Amino acid sequence: MIEAILTYDFLQNAFAAGLIIGVIAPLLGVFIVVRRLSLIADALSHVTLAGIAGSLFLSQSVAALAALNPLYLGIAASVAGSVMIERLRRLYKHYEELAIPIILSAGIGFGAIFISLAQGFQTDLFGYLFGSVSAVSRQDLWIVTAIAGVVVLFILLFYKELFVLSFDEEFAKASGLPSRWIHFLFMIVTALVIAGSMRIVGILLVSSLMTLPVAAAMRISGSFKGTILWSVLFGEFSVLAGLVMAFYFNLAPGGTIVVTSIVVLLLVIAFSKSVRTKTNEVVT
Amino acid sequence: MGAPLIEMEHVSFRYEQTKALEDITLTVRKGDFLAILGPNGSGKSTLLKILLGLIKPTTGTVRLFGKDIRHFRERERIGYVSQKANSFNSGFPATVEEVVKGGLAKKTGLFRRFPESAEEDVTRALKAVGMETSRKRLVGELSGGQQQRVFIARALVSRPEVLILDEPTVGVDKQNVQSFYDMLDRLNKEQEITLILVTHDAEMVSDRISHVACLNRTMHFHGFKNEMERMSAEQLEAWYGHSVRKVHHAGAVR
Ligand SMILES: Nc1ncnc2c1ncn2[C@@H]1O[C@H](COP(=O)(O)OP(=O)(O)O)[C@@H](O)[C@H]1O
Ligand SMILES: [Mg+2]
Repeated sequence: MIEAILTYDFLQNAFAAGLIIGVIAPLLGVFIVVRRLSLIADALSHVTLAGIAGSLFLSQSVAALAALNPLYLGIAASVAGSVMIERLRRLYKHYEELAIPIILSAGIGFGAIFISLAQGFQTDLFGYLFGSVSAVSRQDLWIVTAIAGVVVLFILLFYKELFVLSFDEEFAKASGLPSRWIHFLFMIVTALVIAGSMRIVGILLVSSLMTLPVAAAMRISGSFKGTILWSVLFGEFSVLAGLVMAFYFNLAPGGTIVVTSIVVLLLVIAFSKSVRTKTNEVVT
Repeated sequence: MGAPLIEMEHVSFRYEQTKALEDITLTVRKGDFLAILGPNGSGKSTLLKILLGLIKPTTGTVRLFGKDIRHFRERERIGYVSQKANSFNSGFPATVEEVVKGGLAKKTGLFRRFPESAEEDVTRALKAVGMETSRKRLVGELSGGQQQRVFIARALVSRPEVLILDEPTVGVDKQNVQSFYDMLDRLNKEQEITLILVTHDAEMVSDRISHVACLNRTMHFHGFKNEMERMSAEQLEAWYGHSVRKVHHAGAVR
C-alpha cells in the first residue's frame, strides 16, 4: 500500500485529503450532533451537489470557464444554502425544521436540472455521489487543506463559546456571548466542511462521516473533550481503512468508509454494553 | 438599605398577541432575597428575561447597577439559572467540570483560553453547592436536584453579585428541595449574593426571603414579605384567582 501511495500521485492526493477530512468532519460533527443539526448537514450536501452540477454545466457552455474547478461553486452553493437555512428558520420560528426539507429539495431539484443539462456529467456523477479515490486533484487537495485551516482556527478561537452555545443556548445568550454571530460562523464552517469532504466520501454520505463517529464516541467517552478525541480517532480510522479497501477492491470510498464507521459503531455499542453490565454486576 | 442593583420603571412587554407584562415597577437592592410569585402564565419568566437582556421591554426603562440596560455590558455580574427542562439536553456528553467552567466564558473574553485560575473558581463554585465530589461525572448521569446544583455552580463561578433563578426546584424531589433552599440561604447570608427567585414553593421559602413580588401581568404587591399580610382577601383573589388561601404566614400562598 505504502508503495502504491508513493508511486501514484492520485493516491497521494486521496490519502492526504482523506487524512484531513477524517479529522475535520468528525471534529465539527461533534457540535452538529449535540446541537441536533445532523439533518442540516444532509440538506447542505445536496445543495453542494446543485453547485457542482451547475459548475459543470457552465464549464461546458461557457468556453472561458472550461477549466473551472467545480468545487468552488459547490462551496459557494453550500455556504449560500446555510445562510438561507438560517433565514428560513427565523421566518418559520415555530417550524424551524421546515427549513431543512425546503433547502434539501431545492438542492436536489436544481441538481437534477443541471445534471440533465450537462451532457456527459453522468459518468462523473457516480464519483460525486459516492466519492472517488482517483478523482482527487492536487488543486482539490489544496482546497481541502485551506478549509481544514479555517475549521481548526474556528474551533480553537471559539471553543468555549461553541461549547456553551451547544450545551445551553439560553444561558449563552443570557451571559452576553455573541451567540448569533458564532452560530452564523458555525453554519458557514459547516458548509465548508461538507463541500470539502464531498470529494472523498461523496455527497450522499458526507453527513454520515460527521455523525457516525460521534455516535460511537458518545457511547464511551466520559467528557466533552473526550468525545471530540474519540470522534476524530474513529473518523480517521474509518476514512483510512475505507480508502484502502476502496483502492484494493475498486469500490466507491464513500461506501467503504461509511460501512467501516458503522462496523466501528456496532463494535463500540457491543463493547460499552458489556462494560456496563459488568460494572453493574460489580455494583449489585 | 443596600444600593439599588435592579430598577424597573413602568415596564410593559407584549409578545405578538399576548400582553405579558403591564406597567411593572420593581427595585431590588443589594442583599435582598426576592421571591417572585404568581400563577402560571403570569409573566414571571418574561420579567426575568427582560432583566437578563434576552428580550427588550416594549415600553419603560430598566437599569442594572445604575446603568441603562441598553448600555450594560458586564453580564458576568448577573448569574442565571433557567427552568432546567427548557434548555438542557440531558444526553449531552459533558462533565460537571466542563459545564461549570462554561460559566466563565464571558468573563474570560473572546479568543482567549480559560485562565489557570479557572480550576480554582470551579472548585469554589462546586463547593458552594456541595457538588465537589461529582466534578468528573457526566451531567446527564446526575439526578434532577444535582443537575440544578451544577447549574447554580455554573452561574456562581463568575462571582456574580445577583443570582436569578427561574423555578429551580421543578423536578427536584421534596426532601432535596429543603436543602436546596438552605444552600440558597447561605449564598444570600454568607456570600451576600442578591437573589431573585421565581417559585411555587411559597411556603418553603417564606422564612428565608426578605421581599415578595406578586405578579399577574401587573404587579399586585411588591415589598417586604411581612407587609404582604396587609393584602386584603379581595386583593389576593384579584392576584391569584379563586384558589387562593390567606394563611397567617406571609408569603404562604397556594
Ligand atoms: N415566546 C412567547 N411567545 C408568545 N407568547 C409567550 C411567549 N412566552 C410566553 N408567552 C406568553 O406570555 C405570558 C407570560 O408567560 P411567562 O412569562 O412564561 O409566564 P410564567 O413564567 O409566569 O409562567 C403567557 O400568557 C404566555 O403564554
Ligand atoms: Mg415560567
